[in-house]
Amino acid sequence: MNGLSLFRQTLFWTFNGGLIRRRRQIMEQMYEIGIRSILFITVTIGVLGMITVLQAVIQIQKILPEYSMVGPAFIQAMVREFGPTIGGLMIATRVGSGIAAEIGSMVVTEQVDALRMSNADPVDYLVVPRFVSCTVMTVVLSIYGATIGVLAGGVVGVYVWGIAGDTFFRLVVVSTGDTISGLLKAVTYGMAIPIVCAQAGLSTRGGSEGVGEATTKAVVNSSFAVIALDLVISAFSYMFLFGK
Amino acid sequence: MNDGVLARIGRTTIEILGTLGGLMILFVRILRALFPPRYDKRETWRAFYKVGVRSYSIVIVTALFTGAIMVIQAGHFVVKYQATSFTGWAAGFAVLAEIGPVLIGLMFSGRVGANNTAELGTMVVTEQIDALRTLAIEPVHYLVVPRFLAMIVMLFLLTALGDLFALLGGAITADLMIDVPFSIFLRQVATAGLMEEYLIGLMKGSLFGMSIAVTSCYFGLNVRGGATGVGRAVNSSVVGSAIGIFVVDFAVGATWVSNLL
Repeated sequence: MNGLSLFRQTLFWTFNGGLIRRRRQIMEQMYEIGIRSILFITVTIGVLGMITVLQAVIQIQKILPEYSMVGPAFIQAMVREFGPTIGGLMIATRVGSGIAAEIGSMVVTEQVDALRMSNADPVDYLVVPRFVSCTVMTVVLSIYGATIGVLAGGVVGVYVWGIAGDTFFRLVVVSTGDTISGLLKAVTYGMAIPIVCAQAGLSTRGGSEGVGEATTKAVVNSSFAVIALDLVISAFSYMFLFGK
Repeated sequence: MNDGVLARIGRTTIEILGTLGGLMILFVRILRALFPPRYDKRETWRAFYKVGVRSYSIVIVTALFTGAIMVIQAGHFVVKYQATSFTGWAAGFAVLAEIGPVLIGLMFSGRVGANNTAELGTMVVTEQIDALRTLAIEPVHYLVVPRFLAMIVMLFLLTALGDLFALLGGAITADLMIDVPFSIFLRQVATAGLMEEYLIGLMKGSLFGMSIAVTSCYFGLNVRGGATGVGRAVNSSVVGSAIGIFVVDFAVGATWVSNLL
């Protein structure tokens, strides 16, 4: 099964009662994908926010006499680029590889065949809950990640560079278009990651070697999907959304 | 599990500390195999080839996209404040010092690190590691050190190459989208005095390679239980490598900045 037909089937099952039929699995996956990624997202985006402000001010010193725009510009970058994209890459890494590993081991231990035998469609039973929860949770975690990144960057801005707190935390340059662009990215990544990774998991062949290969493929393909979608949506936003 | 919050916090803490300890022990064993050198030279050459060739295409494409994204993100400011002369500087700095090495490192971790864990994990569950021990071949000397050296050198080289492709991607995008001609963008980058940033980025790259190598080998060698175990190990390995990348990034960046103050 290729990615596109898996996507079509997933959408078919999701909107054919899958949301209600699979609500328990969806809640379980929300916990697995959302709650259990919080620590990971906090550490990675927090560190990224701190180091970005630390290094950016060194550069800005060379051309600008004062730092009043550092905070607003940093917040804008977090909202429309780094929050969703680094968040998306981290979800591709943690959740995506998990999905492929789990589904891949189910394939090699013939649990997926067992599902088919009991007249349960593997897409309906395995992919739909992950798809729905990953889409929702990527949006939630992107917003959370952007917030953490801004706070961590703000700590560095205030305590290392001595920028006043109310100068740093200003939303003056963040427009509606920036926010829409960021959310659009989060939704798209959230839909792409589970499909790409479930496809890698479902096409697993052979024993433990196959599972390892499927998981590797899932990480590479989903990370790459995030970066490619980022380019497409950024270009789209540049033309239609930024500054509006 | 119906344990209390304290029990869960305690279990997670012990797990994290156990992993950190295991990583340190493996790192020390690698260093002891390097001085005096007691690793397999032929296997090292093979690892260089496999690590480098397997990942350069994905790194180059990622880098091209990264440069393009950075120019698009900076482009809005540039057009708004009519600061076209700063495009090369802003995109060049962001790519060379920070985003280039980090994204290349993350893709490398997905491609090479995950693959390495899967490979070593499969060898563990099919008892090939035990077979090596039976033949009096130390797995660290034969399997881990070659990969360790290959990942450090190759991620250094891939960052050096990828950064250039990222600037190329940026130049193409600047030309197409924000009307800064190709040659002018490249001249701006060249005259912006970013050599130090480039070198910092390369240093980050080789240290990322080191942390990815230790992490991926550790999780590969500690696989328990069949195919499911291999999948889970790859998952933990990429998560651990990502954390490693950001922590190293912070450490190098903070040291660099504090030396400039």
